[in-house]
Amino acid sequence: MGDGNVSLWLVMVAGGLVTFLTRLSFIAAEGRIAVPRWFRAMLPFVPVATLTALVVPALLRPGGTWDVSVGNPRLIAGIVAVVVAAVSRNVLLTIVIGFAVFLVLHWVL
Amino acid sequence: MDPAGAIPASRSPAAELRGGALALAPLLVGVAPFGVIYGVVALQSGIPPAAAMAMSSVVFAGSSQFLLAQLAGLGAPGVVMVASVALVNLRHALYSASVASALEHLPRRWKAILAYLLTDEAYAAAVARLGEDGENRHWFLLGAGLTLWSGWQVSTAAGILLGASLPRELPLDFALPLTFIAIVVPMIRSRGALVAAAVAAGAALLCAGWPYQLGLLAAAVAGIVVGWLVARWGTGT
Repeated sequence: MGDGNVSLWLVMVAGGLVTFLTRLSFIAAEGRIAVPRWFRAMLPFVPVATLTALVVPALLRPGGTWDVSVGNPRLIAGIVAVVVAAVSRNVLLTIVIGFAVFLVLHWVL
Repeated sequence: MDPAGAIPASRSPAAELRGGALALAPLLVGVAPFGVIYGVVALQSGIPPAAAMAMSSVVFAGSSQFLLAQLAGLGAPGVVMVASVALVNLRHALYSASVASALEHLPRRWKAILAYLLTDEAYAAAVARLGEDGENRHWFLLGAGLTLWSGWQVSTAAGILLGASLPRELPLDFALPLTFIAIVVPMIRSRGALVAAAVAAGAALLCAGWPYQLGLLAAAVAGIVVGWLVARWGTGT
């Protein structure tokens, strides 16, 4: 546990450094370097792809094993949340409704 | 708030600082709930309160902090966690490029401080002002950045306090995937984005058994590249 906390702090400092250096990159280069066009064109897909890759296994493989059934509260609540997000585009509403559905199913099933 | 065009070119540092703070203030309404949710789920993922709080100033990037909380809960190795943060934060290089010429004349210390404060929200609030003339306009970005920084620290602390008082049996870890769903779904507005999400989802499931959560990185890269290729193909460039 002690080791885990040490490595967590190391990861945090490394993650902070990476974030800072990314933000500093072109500012430090004083605008002399132009952003390559392919790099700029790929950026819009970064959050969509990364966050989707995180979400989908959390819904379909909770705890690391497949569970594609109506008895999987995470899957059902996740699908409801996707619909709410698509219709309302409201972050808080999506989280609140998704969590409410999840809690009800979690306790019923 | 002044309309951007009505701001005189030569304002004092204090006036610029205040202008930046006022431009950012409305965005705090959207940011504060994220800070609270982050604080709650960080504890739920097993991150100690002190580390969860420190992360808000050391990393100081909302989506990266959520990502780190999720990966810490999954027990991913440090290298994968840092690589994921680097990937998610790539967009900040674009902000950096966008503000670089306005900050070119500043001493290094200023550049370092403003780079640290260059979040999505501070960039959004200050980019219009930075595009205009004004020798003190970097104070505008400082005002916006410090306002967001303060709001993020306060809301994170509130979340940590709240998280510590919630019952342990409440399965709050599910708030993380829900938050990601709430962020991602409204982003899917083009064929390229839809394909990127679909490829990332399929690849993430196929590679879910890979060690060290490497499947996550592979799936993200696959989604990014295929989404980009589809968008390129669609525009014929």
